[in-house]
Amino acid sequence: MNTLIALPVMLPLLGAGVAVGLVHRRVAQRLISVMILSVVTLSSVVMLIRVDHDGPFSVQVGDWASPIGISLVVDRFAAIMLVVASVMLLAVVVFAIGHPGAESGHGSFHPVYLILAAGIAMAFLTGDLFNLFVAFEVTLMASYVLITLGGRLDQVRNGMTYIVINLIASTVFLISLAFIYAATGTVNLADLHVKIADLPDGVRSGLAVLLMVVFGVKAALFPLFFWLPDSYPTASLPITAVFAGLLTKVGVYAIIRSQTLLFPIDTRPGGLLLLIAGLTMVVGVLGAISRNDMKRILSFHIVSQIGYMMMGLGLFTIAGLAGAVFYIVHHIVVKTSLFLVAGLVEQRAGSSELARISGVARLEPLLAVLFLVPALSLAGIPPFSGFVAKLALVEAGLSSQEYLIVVASLVVSLLTIYSMNKIWSNAFWGRIVTESNGSLAPARSGWVLMTGATATLVAISIAIAVWAGPLYAFSQRTAGDLIETHTYVERVLGP
Amino acid sequence: MIGRSLILDTTVRFVFDAAVVLSVYLLFSGHNQPGGGFVGGLVAASAIALRYIASESDDVRFILGIRPATVLSMGLTLAAATSIAPLLFGLGPLDHQSVEWSVQVLGAVHLSTATVFDTGVYLIVIGLLLRIVEALGDDPDDVTDPVTGGPDEGRS
Repeated sequence: MNTLIALPVMLPLLGAGVAVGLVHRRVAQRLISVMILSVVTLSSVVMLIRVDHDGPFSVQVGDWASPIGISLVVDRFAAIMLVVASVMLLAVVVFAIGHPGAESGHGSFHPVYLILAAGIAMAFLTGDLFNLFVAFEVTLMASYVLITLGGRLDQVRNGMTYIVINLIASTVFLISLAFIYAATGTVNLADLHVKIADLPDGVRSGLAVLLMVVFGVKAALFPLFFWLPDSYPTASLPITAVFAGLLTKVGVYAIIRSQTLLFPIDTRPGGLLLLIAGLTMVVGVLGAISRNDMKRILSFHIVSQIGYMMMGLGLFTIAGLAGAVFYIVHHIVVKTSLFLVAGLVEQRAGSSELARISGVARLEPLLAVLFLVPALSLAGIPPFSGFVAKLALVEAGLSSQEYLIVVASLVVSLLTIYSMNKIWSNAFWGRIVTESNGSLAPARSGWVLMTGATATLVAISIAIAVWAGPLYAFSQRTAGDLIETHTYVERVLGP
Repeated sequence: MIGRSLILDTTVRFVFDAAVVLSVYLLFSGHNQPGGGFVGGLVAASAIALRYIASESDDVRFILGIRPATVLSMGLTLAAATSIAPLLFGLGPLDHQSVEWSVQVLGAVHLSTATVFDTGVYLIVIGLLLRIVEALGDDPDDVTDPVTGGPDEGRS
C-alpha cells in the first residue's frame, strides 16, 4: 500500500522525465505514456479494492510525521476518482495517438500530458491543503502548455483568458491558505478538521466561502464559469476531451472534500450551495441551447452538469452525496466520450459547426451509435447511466424536501434532451453534407485507434448503467465516509 | 547582429567559472544551510545566460554540447527516480537516508541521498532556464518547438 499510494503521482513524473529526452522518438514516447498510464490505472484499481475493504490509508511523505509533514491519503472517494481519471487519461492518450493533431505534431505532448496526470493524481491523493495548491499548480502549468499547443491565434487568445483567470484563482487560494494557517496553525486536512471546529462561527463561514470561490472558479460554478466555454474548444480535440472530463471535476472533488471534511455541520452553506447549483444548471443549459457548434454546446453542458454534482453536495445527506459521487463517475465517462465523438465527427466531416455538416449517420453509422448512447445518457434517458445518477439525486432531493431544486433539475434535463436533439438532427440526420472531400480523413490505423478508444468509453458508460446497483452501494459507502469523517482523521493523525 | 562588447566578453569569461563553482557549492551546502538545488541551478543558469548575452546562442550551444531538453530530462528523471527508489526498500516516498564518515584531508563528510534529489532539481532548473533563454533570444525564423527544442512539425 505504501508503494501503491505514491505510484500515481511519481510514475508519470518519471515518465515525463524520460519522455522529454526522447523528443524525436515518437514511438518510444507513445510506449512510455501508454505503459505508465496502464500501470497507474492498475494500481488505482488495486487501491480501490483494498480501501473499500480496509478503510482509508495514509502515507507520510519523507517519513515526516503528520500533521507536520505532507500526508498522502486514499479513501473511497479519492480511490474512485483516481480510477475513473486514470482510465480516461489512458483512453484519451490512445485516441490522441490516432488523432492527426497535437500529439503527432509536438514532441512536448507526451511529457506535458504525463505531468498533467501526475498533478490530477496528486490533487486526489493529497491530505494537505497546501499540497493541494501545489497539485493545482502542477495541473495548471501542464494545461497552459496543452491548451495552446499548436500556437494558433485563437488558441493563444483564449489561452490567455484561461491563464489569467486561473492565476487570479490561485492567488485567492494562496491568500485563503494564509488566512487558514493564521487562524489554525496547520494546513493538514485531518488536523484542520479538528482545529477549525474551535474557531468562531464568523471566521469559519468566511473561510468556507473563500474556499468555495477558489474551487468554484476551477469547477466552473455559476457566476465564475464564463472562462470555460470559450477556452476549452480551441485546444486540440483530445486535450479538450480530457480537460472537459477531468479538470473541472478536480475542482468539484476539492469542493466536496473541503466542505465535508473541514467544516462542521452547523456552518455548512447548504442553502447557498443549492442556490448556486440551481443557477449553474439553468444558465449552463441555456448557454448550450444558444450555441451552434458541437464542441461549444458540449462545453456549456459541462457547466450545467456541474450543477447536479453541487446539488448532491448541497443536500448534505448520505443519499445526496452518494448521488453526487455516482453522478461524477458517470459524468466523467460520458462527457469525455461525447467530446471524443465530436472529434471523430470533425475528422470525418471536416467541421463541428452544425450549420456546415449533416448526414453523418449515413456516412458513418458507427459514429451515430457512439454519439447516441452518451448523448441519451447525458440527458438522463433510461436505461442509461445518466438516468440512474439523476434518479438518485432527485430521490435524495425529495427526501430532503428541497422541491425547488428537484424541479430545476428535471427542467434542465428536458432542455438537455432538446440541445442533444439539436446536434442529432442537424449533424447526424439528413443528406450527407461535409466540409472535407476526403483529404482530411485520417489513416486507417489512426481511425481504428480513435474509434476503439471512444467505443471503450461508451462501453464503460453502459457498464455503469448495468452495474448501477453495486456502484450505487459503493457510492453510499463513500458518502458515509464523507459524512462520518472520524476514520479518515484517525488514519491520518493516528489514534 | 550587434557587435560584441569587449568589456562584457572579457568579464563574462572570468565570472562564468566562479559562478559555476559557486552554484556547485550552493548545491552541496543546501542540506543544512541556505542553498540547495534550486538556488544552485539558478546561479548556474544565470552564468550560462551571461554567455548567451556576451556571444551568440549558437556559440553557447556549441560550448555546452548538449540540448537544454536533455538537461531537463536528466534532471526530472533523476529527481523522480530518487523519489520512487525508497519504495523499493519498503520505505515511504521521498524518504532519505544519510551516512557520516570521515575522510582524510576533508574531515567529516555528511552524505545524504537527498543530495541526489537536489542534483535532479539543479539540472531541471538549468535545463528549463536555458530553454527559456533560447526561446526568447533565438532567431524568430528558426522554427523550433517552444518546449522541447525539437523541430515543430505541427506548424508547417
